[in-house]
Amino acid sequence: MIAWRAIAAAILLVTGPALLAGEIPSDARRSGYAFMGPDTRAMQDDDTANPGMLFVLDGEQLWKKTTGTAEKACADCHGDARGSMKGVAARYPAFDKALGRPITLDQRINLCRANHQQATPLPYESRDLLALSAFVGRQSRGVPITAGEDPQLEPFVEQGRKLFMQREGQLNLACTNCHDDNFDKRLAGAPITQGQPAGYPLYRLEWQTLGSLERRLRSCMSGVRAQAYDYGSPELVALELYLMSRARGLPMETPAVRP
Amino acid sequence: MAALINVPSRAKRGEIIEIRTLTSHIMETGFRHTADGKLVPRDIITSFICRYNGDEIFRADLFPAIAANPYLSFFTVAKESGKFEFEWIGDNGYSSTATASITVE
Repeated sequence: MIAWRAIAAAILLVTGPALLAGEIPSDARRSGYAFMGPDTRAMQDDDTANPGMLFVLDGEQLWKKTTGTAEKACADCHGDARGSMKGVAARYPAFDKALGRPITLDQRINLCRANHQQATPLPYESRDLLALSAFVGRQSRGVPITAGEDPQLEPFVEQGRKLFMQREGQLNLACTNCHDDNFDKRLAGAPITQGQPAGYPLYRLEWQTLGSLERRLRSCMSGVRAQAYDYGSPELVALELYLMSRARGLPMETPAVRP
Repeated sequence: MAALINVPSRAKRGEIIEIRTLTSHIMETGFRHTADGKLVPRDIITSFICRYNGDEIFRADLFPAIAANPYLSFFTVAKESGKFEFEWIGDNGYSSTATASITVE
């Protein structure tokens, strides 16, 4: 009996971390870019036509600007972002030891402001916060997503996965019902994507501005007539973490353009 | 405000070149209301001018139906080396400028 168990355990180990039911295998993962038309792709690919780059330019200014009572700029600690911030956005949300939970890049920026710059936190979706996270994210363009690799994140990835699978709202739909089971089909004329968050914060033509992944998740939630979680809530962070770990391997596109 | 300008840095004399401009602006239409019913006042760019070594070569009037962060692309003939000046003028005394230089061989 024990021998059988050992064999079964060995088989499980050999097959490695098996994909969970309904999950998209890594070679079949496609970013939203693959679902767009040629015009929107061209807009994203040309840095002088991509409106997200306007925010990146603003973010570059903010990076160098001293703020708060400590009179420090981001650059005073982190130096040249092209080196120091490369790959950072690709591993967020990341585990914060002091808080004992994962935090998003926006939350990290605000923690830095509070702890090191002695400045007031920037509100979610404010132009300055989006500009800073777009600037930081831009340094990771082309870097494969690695979020969720830290073993300490495991329970939070699992929490996010449960939320992704959980039906909610008056339409009683889960994220998985569209983004795992029905991508490549259409919803009211628009293509249903796999929901791979490779380019956030991204410029959405519908919004006419840059927006965070949390904003996107909240609009999906109101779309299924559910009560959206608050910005920065543990549920949204867990969902964001699960989505990023689900997109592992895809290259970062920040700032992406989406219809 | 931040602007992104795409002008070729070099061109042959007489060559037709494309100029692309993108600028930050909310382009608030003046037709929208807040949740409590107040009208959001119009705040748009109303005109755009491009000068090539001081001569006006392109002008556009912009209207409320134009999306935020307006993108304009147009063509001109590269006559001589020099400077392109761009100017965006809008509501509430808005004005923003940018420049780009070109070498014509």
